[in-house]
Amino acid sequence: MIPALLTLLAAQLAGETLTRLTGLPLPGPVAGMLILLAGFALWRPLVEVVRPLATTILGNLSLLFVPAGTGVVGHLDKIAAHGLGLAVVLVVSTLAAIAAGAQAFAAVAKLLGTEPET
Amino acid sequence: MRDFTEIWSYLAQGPLLWLTATLAAYAIGNACFQAAGRRPFVNPVLIAVALLAGLLWLTATPYPVYFEGAQFVHFLLGPATVALALPLWDNLGHVRRAALPLLAALLAGSTVAVVSALALAVGFGIEGEVLASLAPKSATAPVALGISASLGGSPTLTAVLVILTGIVGAICTTPLLNALGIRDWRARGFATGVAAHGIGTARAFQVHPTAGAFAGLGMGLNAVLTAFLAPLVLRLFQ
Repeated sequence: MIPALLTLLAAQLAGETLTRLTGLPLPGPVAGMLILLAGFALWRPLVEVVRPLATTILGNLSLLFVPAGTGVVGHLDKIAAHGLGLAVVLVVSTLAAIAAGAQAFAAVAKLLGTEPET
Repeated sequence: MRDFTEIWSYLAQGPLLWLTATLAAYAIGNACFQAAGRRPFVNPVLIAVALLAGLLWLTATPYPVYFEGAQFVHFLLGPATVALALPLWDNLGHVRRAALPLLAALLAGSTVAVVSALALAVGFGIEGEVLASLAPKSATAPVALGISASLGGSPTLTAVLVILTGIVGAICTTPLLNALGIRDWRARGFATGVAAHGIGTARAFQVHPTAGAFAGLGMGLNAVLTAFLAPLVLRLFQ
């Protein structure tokens, strides 16, 4: 577990450092994810070092949103003020994004003549 | 009762109490989710947040005091984002086989998510911090919080908007895609992961394993693209 934890933290640290050095508009952990992906490609055994811990963390991912989500107590006034607007935005834009993504995939797959997996 | 008050004031100062409360609230939320047959509208995070918000209100505890304890859980968002490299790696084979359709779906889904959210929000008179908090709402929460903070949004507000986006996507994706007549599991899963991140991905895995794998891939790729796209699009609407 320690090598796995060390790998994740080191990749995040490298990502944080890289984004600050270069001024990339990317959160440090996302850069860390790309760095780890590059690490996997360079040294395959790293995948199995990270797998058990990464699977555990990702399996309980939604727990990690709870502290930030509880911060909603500080925004009840804004949510009340924009309640209807926010509700419409969330529903319409999420449905539009799903429809656009799925139709773009299907259209390009059809254009290329690839077999759909149904 | 004096003894209890003393114990309370001691515990309320340290991180132990609120760290325990965070895990307990999530355990209750998760138990409800399992008991309801993992239906997307019984969301464990929303239940945990409602329980904790009620508890903070009842005990007159300010959020920063709560966060002293909860920060240990919150910190793991960073390593969790890095860990998303694993499902991406596992799905690289899918990427190679369907590269162009995936690229088209990623660009379309991600762009429509950010642009339509901000355009509609501006139409409703939403601006400033709330608008910036909306921009990354389709990205997975750990990434969305980071994007929101760097755009001048509020990470805590973004957390709630991201979770609600996921719930909307998870509930609506199957009827929506049926109505559109899209039957390719890869298209269905990937679009759901791009628009509705982890909660949508969990839903896609319930429907079909191929849809689930592609949803996980969509979530990971959209996290990266939204980090680049959200600042550019937000600038157009500010």
